[in-house]
Amino acid sequence: MSEILLQIDGKEVKATEGMTVLEAAQQAGIDIPTLCHHEKLEPYGGCRMCTVEVETRGRMKTVAACLYPVEPDLVVRTRSELVDKIRKMILELLMAHAPDSEKLQELAQEYGADRNRFGKESSFCILCGLCVRYCAEVKKKHAIGFINRGGNREIAFIPEIAAKECWNCKECFPLCPTSYLQAAYVLTEALSFPAVASKSPAEK
Amino acid sequence: MPKITSAAELEALRKEIASKRDPDTPSIAVCAGAGCLGQGNDRVIRAFEEEIKKQSLAEKVALRATGCHGFCDRGPNVVIYPDEICYMEVTPEDVPEIVQETVLGKKVVDRLIYTDPGTEEKAAHLSDVPFYKKQVRNLIGANTRIDPQSLEDYLAIDGYAALSKALFEMGPEEVLEEIKKANLRGRGGGGFPAGLKWETARNAPGEEKYVIVNGHEGEPGAFMDRALFTGNPHCVLEGLIIGAYAIGSHQGFIYTRHDSPQLIQNIETALAKAREYGLLGDDILGSGFDFDVEVHFDVGIFVSGESSALMRSIEGKNPEPRPKYIRTSVSGIWNRPSNLNNVETWANVAQIINRGADWYAGIGTDRSKGTKLLSLSGAIRNTGVVEVPFGTTLREIVYDIGGGIRDGKKLKAVHFGGPMGGSVPERFLDTPLDFDEMSKIGAPIGAGGMLVLDEDTNMVELTRFYLNFLTNESCGKCVPCREGIRQMLKIVTRIRQGEGRSGDIELLEEIAEVMGAASLCSLGKTAADPLKGTLRYFRDEYEANIAE
Amino acid sequence: MDNEKVDTLLEECQGKAGSLIRVLMEIQHEMQWLPREVLVKVSERLEVPFSQVLQVATFYKTFRLEPPGRHEVHVCMGTSCHVRGSQRILDKVSDVLGIKPGETDSQSRFTLVEGNCLGACTLGPEMIIDGDHHSRVAPAHVEEILKKYD
Repeated sequence: MSEILLQIDGKEVKATEGMTVLEAAQQAGIDIPTLCHHEKLEPYGGCRMCTVEVETRGRMKTVAACLYPVEPDLVVRTRSELVDKIRKMILELLMAHAPDSEKLQELAQEYGADRNRFGKESSFCILCGLCVRYCAEVKKKHAIGFINRGGNREIAFIPEIAAKECWNCKECFPLCPTSYLQAAYVLTEALSFPAVASKSPAEK
Repeated sequence: MPKITSAAELEALRKEIASKRDPDTPSIAVCAGAGCLGQGNDRVIRAFEEEIKKQSLAEKVALRATGCHGFCDRGPNVVIYPDEICYMEVTPEDVPEIVQETVLGKKVVDRLIYTDPGTEEKAAHLSDVPFYKKQVRNLIGANTRIDPQSLEDYLAIDGYAALSKALFEMGPEEVLEEIKKANLRGRGGGGFPAGLKWETARNAPGEEKYVIVNGHEGEPGAFMDRALFTGNPHCVLEGLIIGAYAIGSHQGFIYTRHDSPQLIQNIETALAKAREYGLLGDDILGSGFDFDVEVHFDVGIFVSGESSALMRSIEGKNPEPRPKYIRTSVSGIWNRPSNLNNVETWANVAQIINRGADWYAGIGTDRSKGTKLLSLSGAIRNTGVVEVPFGTTLREIVYDIGGGIRDGKKLKAVHFGGPMGGSVPERFLDTPLDFDEMSKIGAPIGAGGMLVLDEDTNMVELTRFYLNFLTNESCGKCVPCREGIRQMLKIVTRIRQGEGRSGDIELLEEIAEVMGAASLCSLGKTAADPLKGTLRYFRDEYEANIAE
Repeated sequence: MDNEKVDTLLEECQGKAGSLIRVLMEIQHEMQWLPREVLVKVSERLEVPFSQVLQVATFYKTFRLEPPGRHEVHVCMGTSCHVRGSQRILDKVSDVLGIKPGETDSQSRFTLVEGNCLGACTLGPEMIIDGDHHSRVAPAHVEEILKKYD
């Protein structure tokens, strides 16, 4: 894998071909905030908190660092007026759902985000997808997934699978930035788990 | 029908078809497009069938149910050849008279021809009707002359001559150069030079490459792709095969809507006939070039018209767009180079090859070449599908072709691009139709849906409507789009109800900026454009609803 | 839930994860809706995780996860129809039938759908019931039109 030289916040950074800007930054000790990223999972690009400014071939654009591949002579700015505005707004939009999330509050302090900028929304899931993706990619159980789309998108446990698998796992629980996941699990367990929990869908 | 295996055989077949057709034989073209069918044209078609049978005219008169003629407002539309007599708002009761007087008697039935609502002037011939006269119908014009389910009809109007020329007289690179020289720009909304896209796919590493027809046309108010594709599927197919040849692809995909049965049937018939005649499949026309096509259907969501989402849909996954850091022309369907173009873009290819890039570049403006199909609708008199050369001004389209505003109202704005576009007020009417000029004034042409708005339109309500549409169409993956649209809709609805708060406009502008810069795909990035556009030119309507 | 056509289709597509959307569409076409048991079968046969099948089935408006009414009332919500007052048509139908868009009435007579633009913009506001086009509809006509369908 060939070596690539790029610049992040004025610092020269060495990276290898195939790395993302986020990986290169992390390796160089430069911090870029993320909400939906996890080292064991494929980059998702959903929260857009890792948005950075990059300059390539004389043009500036904003991209998600977790997905953007490093290029030779790339100039990256991890903070700027626009970048900060974006992160502040993302936090404010998410805090309309989960104002009490510790992770969001921590970042809100850094970016001056106002938790009350938007009226409260009924769901406190921020749809970061960490639970869904962890169960699919790491545990390969697919006990939880996304349903519906757009503003109606939500996470949903598959009761037949969850009843069989989750009691012995729950590795996704600590990943949830808002604790919505735990609440959803408890609700699904109470309302939808099949009476005889051990029957798998295949046996029906 | 044995397969055609050489250029010479194709020409021989064409001559044979021509020799069996007497140009003086009367033919009746009844529009079976969506608009006319919705006005009962199927009964008109049946009436013609019965009358022809009754008078034993089957050998002497050709009857065709064709694709959209374009003048949807005046449907059901009928054109009688060879004199090109154009009848409008035809009912089944008119049919016997038409057959007697016009088809047999060569006389014009006055009450059925076009009458100008202003001057009362009449026009019997299609090319004299003002709506059609000012257009340059290089693409859609063929609709009145062919039965979309007949390959022979298409061959009779020089169909597949371009394919033959490309395969036997030009090499793939030469074809590519010609498309580049013609400066064919994408007609689906991006306006990106097709030649460059093709070149990227051609040069991308990998043996297996794909070409795709984006026939989704999800933009509400846009119906010209369907009119073209349903009325002349072979034209699109021919362009696709030529493109595949230039790129080096052997597998094509047509992605289209599931809710247009006529379109689906016409596409499938076209593919079957093309295969039968050796124009599609292995060893096309005996050239050694293999290429075939699969048809895929959308499932009722706008975002699946976005190219990377569409490709995921073809893969059987949810149409969630992928960030475009890796271009789909390099890594698309199953990570292979995939070249996607819109229906209209593909339809332009054959004429460029047939008549040359220089001819093509002679139409249009400096940087927007050729003609553009538009779906004209809203408060305009003459709604329908129109085709004009780039450079035609908006004024000419609204007044000369469109017939002006209905019900004696005044024009307020013209909106392009649907939910991801912009509205411009009356003072911009002399802007020429041109990709870059229109972008500059904040109303990028988009796919070509042109909505005309009159003085009674509430621009805040229009914006609310578009945001509401996008709320349901966003895939929901990324925060700026999903949450941005959610909050914008709330605020705009509030303003619409007269309950705006001070600071609302600034907040909307901030959300719009973040959505534009940080969304994952172009739906999120442009979702705020109608809002930005209306704030730019109609800010007073918002401010009027904000409490101080 | 026994349906030969569905079973044949699933056999053809054994292991073909890429045909998921096509399979769901054909089943929907055949059965008019997608019962959960059938979705489970699809998941097993096509070897696609059930959560993925569910995501796709709930993602698209075309797929119905509940049995539909005998007649589908599709009110076009495209822009052209909107500027000609389609919202009032939708509201009137909603009122008359007592259901919201997406719902089916209690006698399973009608399912109300907020429809996509079908490209017949000249004819707006458009209401399409079982493929019949009712064009240039005014709220006053709605009840009369609906009465024609039992």
